[in-house]
Amino acid sequence: MAFDYDKWIRPGKLPHIWCPGCGHGIVMKGLIRAMETLKLKKEETAVVSGIGCASRLPGYIDCCTLHTAHGRAAAFATGVKMAKPEMNVILVGGDGDGTAIGGNHFIHACRRNIDMTYIIMNNYIYGMTGGQFSPCTPTGHKASTTPYGNPDPGFDIAKLAIGAGATFVARGTAFHANQIDKLIVEAIQHKGFSVVEILDDCPTTYGRRNKYKSVIEMMNRLKEVAVPVKAAEKMTAEQLQGKVLTGVLYKEESKPEYTAEYAKVIERAKAAK
Amino acid sequence: MEKTLPKIEIIEKYCKGCHICVEFCPKDVLEMKGFYASVKNLEACIKCMQCELRCPDFAIKVITE
Ligand SMILES: Cc1ncc(C[n+]2csc(CCOP(=O)(O)OP(=O)(O)O)c2C)c(N)n1
Ligand code: SF4
Ligand code: SF4
Ligand code: SF4
Ligand SMILES: [Mg+2]
Repeated sequence: MAFDYDKWIRPGKLPHIWCPGCGHGIVMKGLIRAMETLKLKKEETAVVSGIGCASRLPGYIDCCTLHTAHGRAAAFATGVKMAKPEMNVILVGGDGDGTAIGGNHFIHACRRNIDMTYIIMNNYIYGMTGGQFSPCTPTGHKASTTPYGNPDPGFDIAKLAIGAGATFVARGTAFHANQIDKLIVEAIQHKGFSVVEILDDCPTTYGRRNKYKSVIEMMNRLKEVAVPVKAAEKMTAEQLQGKVLTGVLYKEESKPEYTAEYAKVIERAKAAK
Repeated sequence: MEKTLPKIEIIEKYCKGCHICVEFCPKDVLEMKGFYASVKNLEACIKCMQCELRCPDFAIKVITE
């Protein structure tokens, strides 16, 4: 049966502002399916973002939402979660928002292992502002600010998250739409800071500069580079050249969760004379 | 047993003409007609839902029983 997205969309908000073929809409649909699968209650769910095309997402979702300052989704979301630990807090945003201006907030949310889910739509570019390179733009690729090729190496968001202390890290792509909701469901269920990176496409500012003739070519590239973690186990290093692992990349359940630890601090403070 | 066909609804108000549903339909059911996606061969549809899942714009619905 056709999925009923309308239930989670603010009335009158569609069509959304994203360009034709932009993967952010595919990710938003995945998030909606995940929220529906988990039967989340709108009044107990907050979707929080910073600034960017990806960060426009909360404007469409009919639940508690916060559209904050550039790079600051994690800071505002932490505030929500600390004040109301019973809420499901979901952060959404782009690679620029999350790893450039917001990189600091990102790593510290990971370090604290606070029980929130962060969906990061990585299109390797600052889409909204006209295609400047981001910390995720691969070496040699073109952006409006690197017309002769980017000299910087790009971040591996998943490795960054694991290194900084996140306890659930997964990766999917906008092409593999069917998997997006499943990864998000697992991430929300996980007690701790969960990061779901979705490799995304920005045909408007990234695709055309990097010789992609169409959205379809960009989607086909996502299809080709993605290798599920299970399949990768049987592949040689040579076969894995240029590929990107997808699925649940890391899961750790023994690390204490931050709001639970903070509740203990409150108890200790109350007991102190 | 007779095969039951789905109803495929394309909401032109939302469709941005990106071609994604058309290109990735495994059975070549859809086509672009002018700016919008359109149904070309409903008989071939296997109700895999790929078009509905991938449409970034909430513009295509595969309605099955
Ligand atoms: C403090 C501040 N600095 C810079 C900007 C300009 N700005 C807006 S969005 C953006 C980058 C967005 O890139 P990303 O998060 O990857 O989202 P995308 O548009 O690619 O989805 C920048 C630099 C801003 N709005 N605020
Ligand atoms: S500029 Fe890029 S990221 Fe922004 S809506 Fe258009 S395609 Fe999407
Ligand atoms: S449901 Fe599957 S077969 Fe039918 S039109 Fe959509 S993609 Fe094609
Ligand atoms: S995928 Fe959606 S927006 Fe793109 S052409 Fe098909 S119906 Fe239109
Ligand atoms: Mg971006």
